[in-house]
This record gives sequence, C-alpha cells and structure tokens, in this order.
Amino acid sequence: MNIEYLGLSEINGPLIAIDNVKGASFEEMVEIAVDGGEKRMGRIVQMYGDKAIVQVFEGTSGLSRKNTRAHFTGKPMEMPVSRELLGRVFDGAGRPIDGLGEIFAEKRVDVNGKPINPAARTYPRNYIRSGISTIDALSTIIRGQKLPIFSGAGMPHDQLAVQIVKQAQIMGSGEESNEDFAIVFAAMGVKNDVADYFRRSFEESGVLERVSMFLNLSNDPIVERILTPLCALTAAEYLAFDLGMQILVIMTDMTSYAEALREFSSSKGEIPGRKGYPGYLYSNLATLYERAGIIQGSKGSITQIPILTMPNDDITHPVPDLTGYITEGQIVLDRTLDQSGIYPPISVLPSLSRLMKDGIGEGFTREDHPPLSNQLFSAYAKVMDARSLASVIGADELSENDKKYLEFGRQFEERFVTQGINENRTTEYSLDLGWDLLSLLPESELDRIDKELLAKYYKKQNTTQPRSDA
Amino acid sequence: MSNETSVKIYGINGPVVTVESNDVLKMSEMVYVGNENLIGEVIGIGDDYSIIQVYESTTGIRPGEPVTTTGRSMSLKLGPGIVSNIFDGILRPLLRIKEESGAFIDRGINIDALDHERLFDVTVKVEKGQKVKSGDIFCTCPETPLIEHRCMVPNGIEGEVVDVVPNGQYNVDTEIIKVKTPSGDIVAIPMWQEWPIRIPRPFEKRIPIDTPLITGQRVIDTLFPIAKGGCAAIPGGFGTGKTMTQHQLAKWCDADIIVYVGCGERGNEMTQVLDEFSELIDPKSNEKLTNRTVLIANTSNMPVAAREASIYTGITLGEFYRDMGYHVAIMADSTSRWAEALREISGRLEEMPAEEGYPAYLPSRLAAFYERAGFVHALSGMDGSVSIIGAVSPQGGDFSEPVTQNTQRFTRCFWALDKQLAYARHYPSINWLQSYSEYFTDLAPWFSEKVNEKFASYRTRLMALLQEESRLMEIVKLIGGDFLPDDQKLIIEIARVIRVGFLQQNAFHASDTYVPLEKQYKMMEIIVYLYNAALELVGMSVPMSVILGSGLFESLIKIKYDVPNDQIELIDGYKTQIDEFVEKTKKEYANI
Repeated sequence: MNIEYLGLSEINGPLIAIDNVKGASFEEMVEIAVDGGEKRMGRIVQMYGDKAIVQVFEGTSGLSRKNTRAHFTGKPMEMPVSRELLGRVFDGAGRPIDGLGEIFAEKRVDVNGKPINPAARTYPRNYIRSGISTIDALSTIIRGQKLPIFSGAGMPHDQLAVQIVKQAQIMGSGEESNEDFAIVFAAMGVKNDVADYFRRSFEESGVLERVSMFLNLSNDPIVERILTPLCALTAAEYLAFDLGMQILVIMTDMTSYAEALREFSSSKGEIPGRKGYPGYLYSNLATLYERAGIIQGSKGSITQIPILTMPNDDITHPVPDLTGYITEGQIVLDRTLDQSGIYPPISVLPSLSRLMKDGIGEGFTREDHPPLSNQLFSAYAKVMDARSLASVIGADELSENDKKYLEFGRQFEERFVTQGINENRTTEYSLDLGWDLLSLLPESELDRIDKELLAKYYKKQNTTQPRSDA
Repeated sequence: MSNETSVKIYGINGPVVTVESNDVLKMSEMVYVGNENLIGEVIGIGDDYSIIQVYESTTGIRPGEPVTTTGRSMSLKLGPGIVSNIFDGILRPLLRIKEESGAFIDRGINIDALDHERLFDVTVKVEKGQKVKSGDIFCTCPETPLIEHRCMVPNGIEGEVVDVVPNGQYNVDTEIIKVKTPSGDIVAIPMWQEWPIRIPRPFEKRIPIDTPLITGQRVIDTLFPIAKGGCAAIPGGFGTGKTMTQHQLAKWCDADIIVYVGCGERGNEMTQVLDEFSELIDPKSNEKLTNRTVLIANTSNMPVAAREASIYTGITLGEFYRDMGYHVAIMADSTSRWAEALREISGRLEEMPAEEGYPAYLPSRLAAFYERAGFVHALSGMDGSVSIIGAVSPQGGDFSEPVTQNTQRFTRCFWALDKQLAYARHYPSINWLQSYSEYFTDLAPWFSEKVNEKFASYRTRLMALLQEESRLMEIVKLIGGDFLPDDQKLIIEIARVIRVGFLQQNAFHASDTYVPLEKQYKMMEIIVYLYNAALELVGMSVPMSVILGSGLFESLIKIKYDVPNDQIELIDGYKTQIDEFVEKTKKEYANI
C-alpha cells in the first residue's frame, strides 16, 4: 500500500500522532520523510480508531505538523541477517555504521522474537571455564546461561567482561569446536571510550572477525537504545540457532536501557511503578534475558553476560532487583574490595550461579567441587561475623577459632579472589587452592563436607605457587 | 451455545484491545481477536467501547479487524491426559505446540488441552436405570501408572442413566453415558467437561484440617508444618532459594498430585523440572515423579495476560482432581509475577493505582485465590484437598511491600527466606525466627498420635533454644563468645547443632534430600538428650572445653549424612555414646 500521510497532529517527546490512518497494524514500522529529504524510522505503539501513535527512533527535533510525509511499511520491525553479521559494526537500530555497506540478507527476521517454548529447551549443563577462580569454583558459568555482572560506576566490570571473553573455553562438550564461537556485543548508552575499549580488546585478542557489534552511545537517541538489545539478540538467535554457533552476548549497560524505557514510558503518559520505572519493566527485561538458552535440535547456544551499574551501589534498586529475579544468578562487584586493590573485586557471598549445581561435580569438573564451594561460602560468611566482632572488641580479644577465620579471610581474598588480569587458572588449580585455604581451619569447622572427601583432600597438598594455564 | 457475533477492533495498546460495544458482549467472556484468532477475555464493558485482554502478542493487529465472541467464559477442557503433561497459562499443550511450530511459540495456535486420539482403558461405574447427580463418578480409567482418572457428571446435570457403553478402549470424546434429565432431555456425557477458571468448583462441605502435608524437609515438617488443605507463603529476595524449596516440596511431599505453576519465571527452570522429574523415582510408589505432576509454564517472556490466567488455570486443575478424591498440592512460583501482571493490565486500563502502583483490588484477588484451598468432602462422595504453596518475590527482599503483606494475611503458614542464610549457603534458608505456622496447634494431635506424644514438647524445646541463642548472639556480637558463662556457651553450641545438623538440609545428598518423620523425631530427641546430659555436666562445673572435646556435638551434626533413612535405629547408638561419656566424666569430676 503506497499511501503517504502528509503532516501530523501532535508531537510529544519521541512520539507523534498521525490522523486518518487506514489499514495500519499494531507495532508496524513507519518511514517518515522530513522536509522531503531526511528519512527517519518509527514504530506504531498505540492505535485508537484511525489515529496512530508513532515513536520516532531518531527523535522528533525538526519535525513540524506540516513538514512530514509518513509511509507505513506494513511490517513489524525486521532485520536482515546472514553470516556476514560477524565482524561488522551496527548502530542501535541494526544499520551498518562501519562504511562497509548493507548486509546481504539471508533472510529478514522480526526483531521482537518469539518466546522459546519451555518444552523445547535443552537444560544447560556444560560449563564454560572463565579462568577466574571466584567464577569457576564458586559461581560457575554454564553454556546457555544468563549471568549478569552487577557493578557500580568506576568499577572494572568492562575489564572483567573482556577477561571472560578472552579466556572463555567451553568444556565438557563433544562435537562443538571453538571455531563455532562468536560474540555479539550490544552497547546501550555507554561512552564512546568504553565501546572503543571493547573494540580494541577484541582486536588484540584476535576475535574481532567473530564479533558483531551494536553500538548505541550515550548521546544517541534513546528510542534506538530500546531497540539495541532487540537487534543484537535477533542476530544472536540467528547465529546460534540457524547456524549452530556458540554465542556469547555481552550487553552493557542495562541500567541505561531501563532508563531509556522509563523516559519513553513517561512521554507516553503511562502510570509509573517503582522509582518511576514502568510497571512492565520486569516483563520487558524478561523478553530480553529469556532469549538466552539452548533449544532442542540445534547445536548452538546463547549465553548472556549483561552488565549493569547499580545506581548508588544499591542492589535493591529496581533494575538489579528485577534482573536478579530473571537471570540465573549474578556476579556482584564490591567497592570495598575494589578500593583495597583486589582484582577482580567479586563479592563472593551475594554472587551466585543457579545453574552451577547441575554442571559441576563428578563427570563435569571434580567430585569435590560442590561441597568444597559450599564450605568456602560458609567459611567466608563466618569471616564476616568474625570481622564485625573484631571491629567491636579488637582482634586480640577474639577466640582462637575466630582468629583462624580472620587469617582464612585474609588469605582467601589475597590468594583466591585476587588474580592477574591476564591470569588464566585451570579449574583444578582453583579447587586445589580452595582446599589449601580450608587447611587453615580445623577439621571440626568443615561441616559441609563428608568424611571420605575430607580424607581425600583435606591438608593433602600445598599449591601455594600461583599456576597459570596457557 | 452458539450465539457467536462479531465486533470491530477500535484501539490497541499492548495486550489491551478496545472494541466497539454491542449488547451481546459479556464480562469474562472468551473471545477470538483479529484475523489470527488470538484468544482474549472481556474485562470491561463501556457505553461506547469495551475492553479485552489478549493472551498473545498483539503485534500486527489492525483496527477494524473482527473480534468473535463465543458466549462462554474463559474456561478449560478438563479430562484424562492432563497429568504428566506441560501446558501454557491457558492450558495449551506445549509439547504439541512444539510439534506444530517448532522451538518458538507462534501466535494464534489453538490446540486443545486434551489429546483426542489417545485411547483410555475405561471402566464404567454406573448402570442403566441408575440415578446420577452432578459430581458422581460414572467411569474411571488409568491416566498415568499412578493416577486413576475418575470422570464426574458435569455440574448442573442429573437424572437417570438411559444408556452406557461397555467397558473398553475409548478416546475422550466418546459419549460414555446418556442421562435423561428431569425435564426429559437426553444429555450425552463424554469423558471431558468444561469449567470456567475464575469460578471455584462446588463441593459438599469443608472438613476440618488435621493432617499435615509431609514434605520430608525437617525445618518445615517439624518446625513450621503445613496442613493438607492449607496455604503457605514462601517470600524471599532473589537467590534465597524459593524455587529450590518449591522443587524440593514438589518432589517429596506426600500429595497425590502436584500442579506446578511456573508463573512469569525462568524457562530453564521449567525445563529442569521436566528433565529432573522424568528421571526421579517417587520413593512411595516406585513410579516416575512426572506421573503425578502437571506443569503450567507461563515463563516471564510469554504474554502477560496469560500469566494472569495461569494461576487460575492451576487452581482449577487442582480442584478438579480434588473432586476425584485426591490430595493436590499447588506450587505457585511466583505469585508476585501474577500480581505484577495484574498491575500491568490495570495500568493499561488507566485505573487508579493504590500502593506501589498495584490495583486496589489486589488484596481481594489474593484472598479469593488462597480461599480456593481446603480439605473438602466432594460432590463425588470422596475426600480430597488442595494445598497452595505460593512463592512471593518481594522487590529488594523487603517484606513490607503489598504482595507479601497481603499474602501474609491470607495464608497461615509463613516460611520467610533469609538472604544472610542463603549467602552462607544454609539451605533451605528458612529463617526460624521470622517464620511461623498457625497450623501446628491443629496438627499437634496428629503428630502425637502418629509419631510420638513427645513430638510437640521437643519441638517447643528446639524453638526455645534457638530463640535463646539469638538473644545470646546479640551479646556475643558486642563482647565475644569467650566471656559467656558455660551454661550459655552450651546453648550456643547446641543451637549450632540444631542449625547445622537439623535445620540445614542438603538437597543433593541421597539420604538427606528427603527425611522421614520418624528420623526427624529421633534426631530432635537425640539433640535434646545431648543438651540435657551436657547441662547436667555443666552443673557439676565440668568445663565446656571438656564437653566439646568429646566430639559428640560434631557427630550429632553429621547424623543427617551418617545414618541412612532405613537404619534409623542407629541413632540409639549415639544415646549410648552420650551415656558413656557422661558416666566417665562424672566419675572423673566426682573425685575432684
């Protein structure tokens, strides 16, 4: 249908209203020509009778009630996909911005995606080795998992994400080779330097050919920011489920995304929920995060590592809170650790991987892995108690046991948590290190491990020297 | 019932569609929306325009497309073949959707909940000439190796049986009996019936609840038990183990049928339940757990309106099997997502929000849901029960938010999950100071009759010791543990045994994942026994270091791993050890 609608009736923030529309459908794409030249894209977000409310991706500045021509495309937002997506850079709406021309489309797919049938999922079980002790031993990443990094402004979440990308190895898999491995990177509202840091790091580690980047920088329009993860995940789904690749999706920063959503929601005049975020923030985030996983009949997988900065380091803020309810665990960074010079500053106790229990232990990592990690968590929790007691009555007055815990805590942070930005540890090494540390505690304190394992591993070895794996 | 009419779509806003009103549209009526026939429900009727919530994504719908009315309210087709299956929020079978549309769910798929091809081995229970009334069982058939499906005469039908089929293999559509109603009509009754999801199914009368739902989880069965026919709430922030607790209950509780509603939760969790339950064997029946489980999976990325319906779908299934005389446990994970779905739709309707944007009718909806639980004498003459265990996901782990607060008012059992316990990997992370169960007094006679008459008094003892410990820990936090007198040190030590050896339970350990009541009682008894013995020694000025040096505290903590569930009598051996130690120490100190 090649009708053009001249002019519009209302402009409010990124939204415009067009009257007397015939035959348009909900969420259909609209092309808007301004002053006969510049083209902008928009999407119908509400319809009443013959009135359509359209959100304009590039913003509405320069629009007047008379100078536009709108053309309804008759289709929801689609994106061309093909193997050529890799090695390319796109803007938030999925248009190439690296000057290499358009993508030759294998097919065009709706960016909104469709929900995966829970009965058609394969439960993720193979772990990904990140080479980082706190992650591998205590919050193991599983292929097909969504595991966010909860960070704060000024903390090294980007470095950590890059280290994971560089060192990630898919373990326990049969036919998949690392050649099938690719990265989809979505930047939402991040600064140019950050996007550039990721690009350089990908280049240095020689994976740039296998990266597809979607960039919406902090000064780009917010409406495009809402589309960025949709486009990135659509690309990821195509690469994983149509081409059978192992895809790691990094999305940063989810807080900017949620803020864009809030800005957009308030300009639509919706009733706000907590802290002004729209009531559907949970559902909206879920439609992104739930696009991770493995489906039956395809050898590909999508593993997501979303990064979000907690405003004021507050984990109960709606964005980290709702994210935590959807994702399968979280890796939390801690400012106190960061300030005491510990890298990676992973706060062990609140970090968690929900899928870990089925991907570790005998047949996956090592038989002692589950009880060992359990014991380390429990011991480190007691360190916290001992420390708060020490701050009241002084370390000298502590009982012998509590003193041992203090020493355990110190060594745990120095030897186990701390590691180099290029240090790639094997899982065995991390586990042995865990046993070394537990040897600082009397056997009677190890109440999470049964007798046989204690006999086999407790105080059996000493691997004090850091050992790295190429 | 075919008063089908068609109205035109006027406006679209997410899952909410407005249509031009006519006189036929009914509240809560099921409608088909647009050219793709998406399922929807009428939720408001106005002068000019009426409002419909659509259970699927509305992308691509145009104003002017037709909405077809059905004249029926949103209802489910109930019949054999439901147990062991997985459905979405409006009871569409996900496995058959997978066959039809692949790994992703397409829109506008209208597949019936029941498999019309499958043949069941039907035994007819009524004879020609017999009088039947609503709720009477007229035939049975094995649904799974565990569950016998009992087909009941649908509500509103009574009369004389004029025709029956012989026993044999039939599909669900076969008209098993024909009934002549008092008005002279002949009604043919197939094996299925329909029931509107928002209306509770009728029963003869409620009967008092006096039997616990045994879960095999020590902290629940012993400290905070739930009754068959009762309601419990599990609130907890993310990562505190709500879902793990629900899974444990679904696996081990002694209900006949489990309805697991994944309401707005993770897709992988549902897959896990599917995988795990098809491998796990129920210890009581030696059958696969899937044979007693129904899964309703409306994951967080599936349409929000269907999420709102999924809770009602779950409870309607529960009541249906209750009426056949089964004990049903419903796991609703999570009711907060359901409340959020209410809020989202309410927001689109521009209703006046109450607390935190939730609609003002949230408490009454929650109450109506939890009141559908109960232990009843059904119309079929059998006794059955529906127990509801609802997870609540409070924002920021703050229990003062509206969903937790209102849920707390309508449930009598509250298992508060604690972040600090979860951080220390103390699972189940049920906080023993914040949680409570009002059912315990109702159930105490059962425990004293079926387990031991001392059960209640030992439980009270355990609770008192834990309470005392928490008081002492306040002091320890200020001055350290070394300065306490020995009798108070003893309380802290024995409380550690209770916390680590009794309350903490390892879901991944073969003999600890489910613990029979018998062993729970014995463990409790031996802990109290040790406490009394040690208290006696402390009274004789035996230093705590000597008492702890015996290693008895450590070995009691490990009873949960060291004593297998089928050799409970081994626990008596610990009693002998305690006695010997007390004797020996008494002698040594008597001389001093």
